[in-house]
Amino acid sequence: MARSTVLPGFPLSLGLSLAFLALVVLLPLAGLFLHAAGLGWAGFFRVAFAPRALAAYGLSFGGALLAALLNAGAGLLVAWVLVRTSFPGRRLLDALVDLPFALPTAVAGIALATLYGPHGLLGAPLLRLGLAVAYTRLGVVAAMTFIGLPFVVRTVQPVLQDLGSEPEEAAASLGAGRLQVAVRVVLPLILPALFTGATLAFARALGEYGAVVFIAGNVPGVSEIAPLLIATRVEQFDIAGATAIATVMLTGAFLLLLAVNMAQLWQRRRREGV
Amino acid sequence: MTPARPSPWPRRLLILLAVVLLILFLLLPLLTVFASAFAHGVAAYGAALADPDALSAIGLTLTVAALVLPFNLLFGLAAAWAVAKFDFPGKSLVITLIDLPFSVSPVISGLIFLLLFGLQGWLGPWLAARDLRVMFALPGMVLVTLFVTLPFVARELIPLMEEQGTEEEEAALMLGASGWRIFWRITLPNVRWGLLAGVLLSNARAMGEFGAVSMVSGHILGLTMTLPQQVERFYNDYNTVGAFSLASLLALLGLLTLVAKSLLEKRTPTSGA
Repeated sequence: MARSTVLPGFPLSLGLSLAFLALVVLLPLAGLFLHAAGLGWAGFFRVAFAPRALAAYGLSFGGALLAALLNAGAGLLVAWVLVRTSFPGRRLLDALVDLPFALPTAVAGIALATLYGPHGLLGAPLLRLGLAVAYTRLGVVAAMTFIGLPFVVRTVQPVLQDLGSEPEEAAASLGAGRLQVAVRVVLPLILPALFTGATLAFARALGEYGAVVFIAGNVPGVSEIAPLLIATRVEQFDIAGATAIATVMLTGAFLLLLAVNMAQLWQRRRREGV
Repeated sequence: MTPARPSPWPRRLLILLAVVLLILFLLLPLLTVFASAFAHGVAAYGAALADPDALSAIGLTLTVAALVLPFNLLFGLAAAWAVAKFDFPGKSLVITLIDLPFSVSPVISGLIFLLLFGLQGWLGPWLAARDLRVMFALPGMVLVTLFVTLPFVARELIPLMEEQGTEEEEAALMLGASGWRIFWRITLPNVRWGLLAGVLLSNARAMGEFGAVSMVSGHILGLTMTLPQQVERFYNDYNTVGAFSLASLLALLGLLTLVAKSLLEKRTPTSGA
């Protein structure tokens, strides 16, 4: 009811916004799908689902999924510690969570490649344990996890905060054990937020380029992510190949966006139900 | 069965786990940037930044960011005014469209402009016939940067303006103020900190964008290499100090933006994430 019908400037501001969106966002995106349609079904399938492309999707989707699962666990732990405990340096730790948002992707990329490299601070001891991270698929997952962590923490944190500690205390006073409280009481209440955060992390990891390419090794069919394959196809002037692979990836990203919107609807309903 | 005061040890263990995780996993990469930049001392760091290629990359990055900024301001303010102050059919669709660039991979963001303006693209031949360069030149880099940064200002402003409602503006209208006067004297001052946060965030992204710009820049040395591109170039040429010295500038920019954003959020507690 707070929305205005008397204020001026509606046609101008909406017109300007729509013009921007049409010219900068919609037209170029539509161009991709039109280009893909121009390849014809047979042509599209041949390049979009070639063995090298399939391997790249596998790594991108599989790596992003693994990273999202790792982030769901780690993010939940960090969010819970930041909300439910207090200790010296907690605020600093809270600020630290946003680092992956703050570092430009290429900077994160070379830093991770150096840190996990054979002579790196983490890479060298891991290598002695027989675990090569840089220039392997493991490196891809490490970089994808790095950029995704803030999404889970920042989505779960406010929900945990709003929840307060009453449900936990009530359950405990009714005789529930600690683990029982966590799994039966807290987890169901924050599940929608956890799902939203993990999906956002997944979506980000799926499309990520700069943070991943330096540590990935980029061996075709083994450690080559789909965004890199798109860039490689363009460098080889194979515009059709790039277009087809990009269409598959973009469709995946839009389906994820849909999933996030549904999850947020679920979250709102759950919150209103509480 | 229920202990009145559960032992603090599981809780302490979880805290320790979270602290170790964040330090190893998030803080160490940041420290790596600065440690590698200064690996050969301050003089080498200074020399790396004074490299002509580095200086031209810094200049180009500042130019692109400066050219993108007015468009971001214009779009962000217009979109927030329309979405936050009015109700209209299709509003949620417009909000989804505003957020859309965030869910597109940077590489694909670059590719779609290549498909429009590249030589094999629709407008490419027309542009080439008139000797207009969009791809592998400044206009293309500005365009893709605009695409990836478009949502930031609007996203900061919309929740803020929705929270503030329309009462002040309507009161001013009844007192006879014109639309522009209302905007300049009431709306803009009310959202100034949120606007600044949006501008800082979009600016940090504009200066740090790598994937999208690298698709359309053509990597012409000394001409179309932005800071992140030059970081990649130095890194691949095994010029580690050069790469991390430039990277340290970008990391510093990111850190300052983060600090500024959290300070601004204290001023405007309603501003969204």
